[in-house]
Formats: sequence, structure tokens, C-alpha cells
Amino acid sequence: MASNELELLGQADQARVLDAVRRGATRRDLLGMLGAGGMAAATAGGIFGAAKEAVAQTPRRGGRIRVSGTSTSTADTLDPAKQSLSTDYARCNMFYDGLTTFDGSLTPRPALAESWQQEGAKVWTFKLRRGVTFHDGKPLTAEDVVFSLNRHKDPATASRARSLAMPMTEIVATAPDEVRITLDSPNADLPVVLATFHFHIIKAGTTDFSTAIGTGAFTCREFQPGVRSIAQRNPNYWQAGKGHLDEVEFIGIPDEQARVNALLSGDVQLIAGVDPRSVRRITQAQGHGVFETKSGYYTNLVMRLDMSPASNTDFVLAMKFMFDREQMRTAILRNYGVVGNDQPIDPTNRFFFPGLPQRPFDLDRARFHFQRSGVGSTSLPVVCSPAAPNSVDMAQVMQQTGARIGMNLEVRRVPSDGYWSNHWFKHPIGFGAINPRPSADILLTLFFKSDAAWNESAWRNPQFDQLLSAARAETDEAKRRQMYADMQVMIHNESGIGIPVFQSMLDGHVSRLRGLSPIPVGNLMGFDFAKHVWLEG
Amino acid sequence: MLSLVAARLALGLVSLLLVSLAIFAITSLLPGDAAEELLGQYATRETVAGLRASLGLDLPAHLRYLAWLKGLATGDFGRSLASNMPVAQLIGSRLPNSLMLAAATAAVSVPIALTIGITAAMYRGSAYDRTVSMLTLSVVSVPEFLVATAAVIVFAVQLRWLSALSTTADITSVAQFFRVFALPVFALCCVIVAQMVRMTRAAIIDQLRAPYVEMAVLKGVGPLRVVLHHALPNAIGPIANAVALSLSYLLGGVIIVETIFNYPGVAKLMVDGVAQRDLPVVQACAMLFCAAYLVLVTTADIIAILSNPRLRHP
Repeated sequence: MASNELELLGQADQARVLDAVRRGATRRDLLGMLGAGGMAAATAGGIFGAAKEAVAQTPRRGGRIRVSGTSTSTADTLDPAKQSLSTDYARCNMFYDGLTTFDGSLTPRPALAESWQQEGAKVWTFKLRRGVTFHDGKPLTAEDVVFSLNRHKDPATASRARSLAMPMTEIVATAPDEVRITLDSPNADLPVVLATFHFHIIKAGTTDFSTAIGTGAFTCREFQPGVRSIAQRNPNYWQAGKGHLDEVEFIGIPDEQARVNALLSGDVQLIAGVDPRSVRRITQAQGHGVFETKSGYYTNLVMRLDMSPASNTDFVLAMKFMFDREQMRTAILRNYGVVGNDQPIDPTNRFFFPGLPQRPFDLDRARFHFQRSGVGSTSLPVVCSPAAPNSVDMAQVMQQTGARIGMNLEVRRVPSDGYWSNHWFKHPIGFGAINPRPSADILLTLFFKSDAAWNESAWRNPQFDQLLSAARAETDEAKRRQMYADMQVMIHNESGIGIPVFQSMLDGHVSRLRGLSPIPVGNLMGFDFAKHVWLEG
Repeated sequence: MLSLVAARLALGLVSLLLVSLAIFAITSLLPGDAAEELLGQYATRETVAGLRASLGLDLPAHLRYLAWLKGLATGDFGRSLASNMPVAQLIGSRLPNSLMLAAATAAVSVPIALTIGITAAMYRGSAYDRTVSMLTLSVVSVPEFLVATAAVIVFAVQLRWLSALSTTADITSVAQFFRVFALPVFALCCVIVAQMVRMTRAAIIDQLRAPYVEMAVLKGVGPLRVVLHHALPNAIGPIANAVALSLSYLLGGVIIVETIFNYPGVAKLMVDGVAQRDLPVVQACAMLFCAAYLVLVTTADIIAILSNPRLRHP
């Protein structure tokens, strides 16, 4: 919110300046105030501008909005353990909090847990925030946390996060406001795991999820699966300055065109999931805007290293040099994305390695490697599908570039129906699409570890596996960063995965709706928009 | 006459059975099953096998079909594989919406269509008749998604008179009912009115050419009386059939309109069911549509029989 000039000041001064401007201080008043502290007039002037902007950005309380997600069905849920779609995340985030929460770089921040300590990344102690109450008035205690976490291990809960909860071998309350979690093996990312939405904290003993009794910024006034949820501001919310709207109605409109129409006709004020093709329609309509979240979402080329032709290293390199990444970014994503570098950690992630040189679009080198591979003019089918967003367009771009170096790619388009079970990494050359994951560890473990079920390109590297386990146990941030950098280099050089671009996530909103800032877990501020946004007067 | 009606009903039941078999066979041909669709990108060999066993999908197809048929005979539609809710409850929550939309559309479209059709037949060959012909032809050839989308863009997005969404939860007054239903009803009317108009016009003209009408005219009967009293009763059979065919479309065929207006009807439930390989839901919806179709067509048949003295008094 505060711009760079404001950050020049200390926190106390910032508050003083903002307060003065809010009370109507003029530029001259402020110059006097800061000049007394010995600050140059030019800088002080800049601060005045920034402070004015920040005050204009001060949240206003009140108002009601209707928000549409991308799906709705009778399977909608308020049970944190059963959340499975983005709409479930958005709904549950209004009513519940976790022990930790994500910031814009996916670093875990304190939420219901005020602080935490660890021994060897294996034994973790979380100190709970005091004075937090559930919507029915009951104070939050360690017992609630133990219950909320333990229930995921019970098969009867049918938790989608069971595999993440199983390594927590012991979860005990060591004091009324303290919980100790012991893991079966070290994991420095436990606070990240606990920030994922399935680990929202509910009241001990809760079995009925027809309504939501959490600690969240909103209370649940109405919940009709497949129809709508209505959230009402929680006047006793523990986090000062969050939760501004009086009411949020959350619905789902699966069809993108219908969603955009609903926004433009004034039926809803915020929609998740806008296609880059609809952006112009929204921005050209007066009073509407598009909110971009740069994320780790990618559609990737999968070249099976255990099948011909990708078993040939030169062929894989030829394909990677042949990506016209910039064209894909501008023409296919309409600039809503960033160029990728054939490794899955995107620039918003705290472990992204900027030192890895960008692989260029270089037809000469592609031609060189392609000729060395000896594949020749055999027709090579590339399997693509609308199920992997933009893969059809990407395949067509590649087919054209391939023709320029004598490569004969054949675009084989298959229906989205059944794509993930029948086609995904079952062909020598095909496409996958990977949603952002909350941590580098989870992403790499799921898709790049040698024995991973979804090791798409069948890339095997024991050294990588070792590094992956070591990084998970490492608590020194700098050392971890180095390890993840090494892993990114390995994937970039050796794996059969080509990642030409990372795609942004787009949401549409009325311009009056303020306070949106990206949290790259997903759309709608990482599904956590409700407590942050407000309506301008 | 009773035996005629009974034979129609028996035929209907046989068709239902054949339809259920066809649906079952066709959905079995689709690649993948509910277990794979539910797990989507997350499917591994073990999880698929586990889920398949728990859903009962590991049994041979003919056993699954017979079990389902047995359930149906006792009024049990089974449970949805995707959401584990009883299919009857799923359909029960959507059917009233579909019926409401169908009823509203029928209430608007049938009187309009009959009036236009009859007047066009009365003044056949006139400028009015030619205009009606041209308009109905052009309206029927425009796909409904175009009509619906254009209507949303004009009336909801540009003019902001009406709502782009049709959420039945919002209805608390007549004005809101109008606001919610105006656009989908308009889009659907465009599709079905034209067909009914043309059929009505053709049926009546056919009768007006008959000798008995000529006789009536020669005896000095006025044109309105000729049409309403003499021609229309004899044209009711084909008109009822045209109306029934158009209305049957309103229940199962409105998926595009349901999608564009985000209207929670049965057609969308069925399409979602197909995407998720949720066989119990697909089967139940298909049976429902088939049954509704049969009811409408049989009703039209009975009306035709009743309106025909030769069949009424054999």
C-alpha cells in the first residue's frame, strides 16, 4: 500500500505522516514537520504525494459485494478437510483461519499462531495468539488446534490432505496456548503446509458442516451448496484493520462468457478466472478492471526421456531452443505471463534462482542439435488438448518454427474429456498443465523426483533426489536457497520438460473494489480476497 | 379408442427400456470411467483401483445394468458417483427450475405462435404472411447461443435493464420473476415459436383448401368463423404434435441457454454427469427426458385422436 517514498521513513514516522495527512495536513505542513527532522524538501514532497495516495487507499468500512467463482455444485463444502475446488478455498477462507498464512512470495506468516520454534525441523512448537474467539464466542485454545490437525489422519474424515498430515506423528497441546507437532522426518516447510487451506482451524469436536464456525473475518449467514454462500462481517475479528465489507455473497458461474457478462451487467462485482481474450472487453467497459496475479501456473511440453525420439539428448535440446517464448507470451497469453526457462519455479517464488541464464530462442542451435539427433524428417506427433490450457496454440507455434529447421511436427489435438487419464504423459511428446503449489518442495516432489507418480518426462537423477530431501530438512534459508538453485539448474539442463511461459491468473472486478494484491497461490488473492478488499465510496 | 391409447402407452414403456440400454451402452464406450474422471490429473494406478472398487465399477457391465434396472423398478435411482448424493435428490433440486422455465416459455410462446400461425394462414399470400414467413425462417436459422448472448449484451450489459444471470434464489416478487426470466424465455421463444408458427400455418392452410371449407365460404360464413370453427378443429392433430415436439425440447435441450444464464436446470446436471462419467445421474436424466418426451408426444396423440371424430367414434 505505502509506496517507496513512504518506506524511507521509519514505521513510527510513517504513522505520524499518514495521520497528519488524514487530518488534512497540507504539503507545507508536512514539509515543516519533516524539515524539522532534517529531511531534504524534495524527498519530503515525494512523501506528501505518497502519503496522500495511501490515505486515498485507506479501507472504507461497509458495503456488500457479490463474487463469482468458476464452479458450483452440490459438492460445495464448508468442511476444511474436504475442500477440493478453488471455489471451496474462497468460501472457506472467509470463515476460517489457519495457524499460518501466505504472503505475496508464498512465505508463511503468522495467523492464529503468533510465533513458532523448531528443533532440527522435526519438533515444532506453535504459540497461539491470545484473545481469538470463534464465531460463537468460544475462545481459541490449543485443544481446537490439536483436533483440527489430527482429524486429517483419520480415514473416516476423507481428508484431501491426509498425505500431508500423516508425517505429523504427534500433535499435542503443551499449554493452553501452545501446540507441539513432531514430524517423522525433518521438514522446514511445515509452516507452509499449515498455511494450506485444508489445515484451517475449527472448533474441537465439530462434526456438522452445514454452517461454518471458525475464527475468520466473516461469519456464515447462509450456505446452500450449489447455489450460494453469504458471509457477514465478524465484528470481533482478531486482526485489526481486516474485514471491511458488511457482506459478501459468493456464487459460482462455470461459463467464462457468462461470468464476464455478469460482471459487466453489474450482477457481480468480482469474478475469478478471466481468459486473456476477454480482458479488452472488461477494461474497455467503464468502471471495470482486471487484476493480474503472476503465478507459477504453467502448461509444459512433456518429452518422454524413455521413449524415442526424446531419449536422444540432442532432440530434447533442439526442442527447448525452438520455443519462441516471447511470441507465446505476447500472442497466446496476450502479455499476461512471464517467459519461462524450462524449470518449474517461477519468479514470484522466494526460491526462484535468477542466476540461471535464460535459454534463448535460437534456431541455429536448434538446427544444430536437431541434425545431430538424426531424427530427420519423420513425422512426430505432438499431443495437445484444450484440457491443458493453450497447449493447442503452443503446438501450432512449434509446428511452424519446427518447419524452419526441417523438423516435421504433427499437431494431434485430442478432446479434454479423459485427457488426464488417457493421454497425459502417455505419448512420446505431449503437454501437461501444472497448478501452482504452495512450496518448491511440494512441486518438485510431486513432479520431478525420480520415483514420483507424476514424473512426467521419466527423468531420473539420484543426485537431485538427495538434494531434494536435504533441502526439505535444511532450516538455514541461505543454504536452502542454494540447494533449490542447484535443482533448478539440473531440471533446466537435463529433464524432458519444456516450460516456455508461466501464465498469469486474471480476475475481473469493478474499479470501486480496492485492496486487491497478488498472492500467487491462486486467483482472488490466493482465494483470500474477502478480508482484504473494500468498496470505495 | 381405449385400446389405441393403451397400445401407445405400452409402446412408450418399451421405448424407455430400449433407451436405457442404449444410454448404458454408449456411456460404456466413452474413454475413462467415473474413478478416473474424479481423480483427474491426480489419478494413479492404485488410487483409481481403490476408488473403482469402492464405487462398484469393478463389476462387469451387464451386472451393473441389471442392478440399476432393479433399483429403478423399486423407485431407487441410486447415488451419484461424483457427489455421493441420492440421484433423486439431485434431480429433485433441479427439476422444479427446469419445469418453471419450460412453463414460462410455453405460456409465452404457444399463444404467440398459434395467433401468428392462424393469422398468417388466413391472409396467406399477403405482405403480412410473407413477412412472417421470412422472419420465422431467419429466426429459426439463428443458433440460440447467438440470440441469447446478443440479448445479454444488449439488455443486461449495455442497457442494464435485465439481469445477466438467472438465479432463482433472487425471486421474491413478480417484478423480480420478470427480471430473472425475461432473457432466457426470450431466447427460448425465438427457437421454438418459429417452428410452431410454420406448422400451424401449414396445417390450417391444408384444411382451408378442403372442399368443406369452400362449401362453408359459399354458404356465406365469415373468414374468422371459417378458420376457428371449421378449419382449426381439423388441424388440431398436427398442431398438437408440433407443440409437443417444441415443448419436449424445453426440458432436455436447453443446455446452451442454461449455461449462458447460469440457470441451474436438469440439462446442465446431465451434461456435468457425462463429463464426470456419473452414470447413475446420466441414466436417470436420460430416462427423465425420454419419459417427458413420451408423455408429451402421447398427449399430442391422444388429443389428435380425441379431436378426430373418425377415431373418436370408430
